[in-house]
Amino acid sequence: MSELIRCTNVCKEYLRGAEKVEVLRNVDLSVKRGAFIALMGPSGSGKTTLLNLIGGLDAPTSGEIEVDGLRLDSANARSLASWRAQSVGFVFQFYNLLPVLNAQRNVELPLLLTDLSRSERHKNAALALDIVGLSDRGKHKPGELSGGQQQRVAIARALVSDPCLLVCDEPTGDLDRTTAEEILELLQTLHRELGKTILMVTHDPKAANRAEYTLHMDKGKLVSTVEGPDLELEPARTVA
Amino acid sequence: MKLISLLWGNMFRKPTRTSLTFVSLVIAFLLFMLLRAISDAFSGGVSLEGMDRIVIDSKYSMTDNLPLSYVQQIRSLDEVDQVTSMSWFGGYYREPRNSFATYPVDPESYFDIFPEQLISAETLGRFNNIRVSAVASEALAAQYGWNPGDTIPIIQDIFPQENGSWTWQFELAGTFEYSGGQLLLINYDYFNEAVIGWGKDQVGWLVGRVADPPEVDSTIQLIDGMFENSSDPTRSTTEDEYRRQFASQLGDIGTISGMILMAVFFTIILLTGNTAAQAFAERVPELATMKTLGFSDLSVAALVLAEAVALCVCGGMVGVGIALLLEPGLNANLSEMVGSFDMSGQSALYALGLATLLGLIIGAYPAISAKRLTIVDALRER
Repeated sequence: MSELIRCTNVCKEYLRGAEKVEVLRNVDLSVKRGAFIALMGPSGSGKTTLLNLIGGLDAPTSGEIEVDGLRLDSANARSLASWRAQSVGFVFQFYNLLPVLNAQRNVELPLLLTDLSRSERHKNAALALDIVGLSDRGKHKPGELSGGQQQRVAIARALVSDPCLLVCDEPTGDLDRTTAEEILELLQTLHRELGKTILMVTHDPKAANRAEYTLHMDKGKLVSTVEGPDLELEPARTVA
Repeated sequence: MKLISLLWGNMFRKPTRTSLTFVSLVIAFLLFMLLRAISDAFSGGVSLEGMDRIVIDSKYSMTDNLPLSYVQQIRSLDEVDQVTSMSWFGGYYREPRNSFATYPVDPESYFDIFPEQLISAETLGRFNNIRVSAVASEALAAQYGWNPGDTIPIIQDIFPQENGSWTWQFELAGTFEYSGGQLLLINYDYFNEAVIGWGKDQVGWLVGRVADPPEVDSTIQLIDGMFENSSDPTRSTTEDEYRRQFASQLGDIGTISGMILMAVFFTIILLTGNTAAQAFAERVPELATMKTLGFSDLSVAALVLAEAVALCVCGGMVGVGIALLLEPGLNANLSEMVGSFDMSGQSALYALGLATLLGLIIGAYPAISAKRLTIVDALRER
């Protein structure tokens, strides 16, 4: 399988007042297409920052990030936005659905950036809702849905434009155990049946167990090699 | 177009807040239309006819009367082609709220001096020949359903009759065209005959037509010079200047109404701007989510700006619409006071332009903030 993500010597620093905070330090990572990776580590270890960089939401201070053929570290904001619309689906801990739109409209939202007709958008959104098992909830607004249902809508929204990469930041962090298991089951299905590459940040070891591979981070570095079966993942340059 | 449902949904995210803001905008634009119409009505007086007419009034006060004999004295001048007298009669029809301008006039000379007020020869003949007659402007007759031959009682509060009665009865001789709205003219001869002693042989002011308009200044000096040493000196001006002086006073009303509007819209900007800023602050994570999904900085900013503009334009449209609906009723009631009370299409377009500008001003700050919003920071605040 071809390489989807490649991070080379990636560093990220923030200024907190006058103080410079190093969040990521020389991170090297290579991920093949179709992998399902859990990224674990204590709070402040840099997992979400790495996820944001790979998702094109933030820019590294130094180093190179290439995802699906695009050099994210040198792309401008406009091309990054366009790339995100086509190549990445995002799933957040708190769902981040737009409360004024119903589930169907929320799922259609990314498709507004495409040339699809209204009926095509509607059809695709309905299909995505069907995949996550919410075809009968399209007319409901987020406030009328349970947490698990809202997260399913968020996953449908992430899927609807058929991106190659799903970026999930604590997707089960706001859910009870049973619902969390259902969401993880859904992510696994998307990985297995649709071949989606999934990068998931989690604190939950049970959630991480659902992934093929688990990476650990601490103090801005990848600190362990991969836990999982035969690896398409190449964490060779991770620092122990 | 694709984002209309989102735009609409965001506008009514907090229905109470949006409704209150909307109502304040509607009232502001209703007020705008009303004050513009009043201002237009007043400023419209400046361009009236009568460049060759002069107004001869008391030197000391417009409330002082002049002797009736001045009419003949001025008429005898070669420099004056025609002169007529007018007086303020006051009073009301049946109820105090039914008040309108009423002038005792000499029919022949009045309509000679004011040819733009069209009256048929037949009606003028009746008005001239029937001493107790009156003629009403078409608007006035229509307002009260008067027809020729009707008896019109006018209850007085200034001039009682010699017999002690305060109610004057007139027979309607007919109507005449008058662009200024409601006006009743009564026969001066009858008034002068019936009025109580102290009101006899008095007129409020005179209007004359000069024989040689380029020489109007010297004619004015001549007339005022004639009465300078009398007990009733005069102050004459061209009708155009008279109207200009009058309009300049009313121009102050225009300035006042302009200041009121400025205060209203300044307050609207503060209130609505505050509402827009609040609405923006509540939506920061949502806007960040849209950017995450691939919406550009500009498209997110445009959405925020469009919401502010849409709210203001909708408010403006409803305000203008209500004003236009109210126009006929207001025209009937206010035309006597301010002349023709018309709300022009130009005012409506101006209002909608103002509404758009208001929306752009109000939406500018949230839109710029939305454009500058960084996804990571905004999502971290969640």
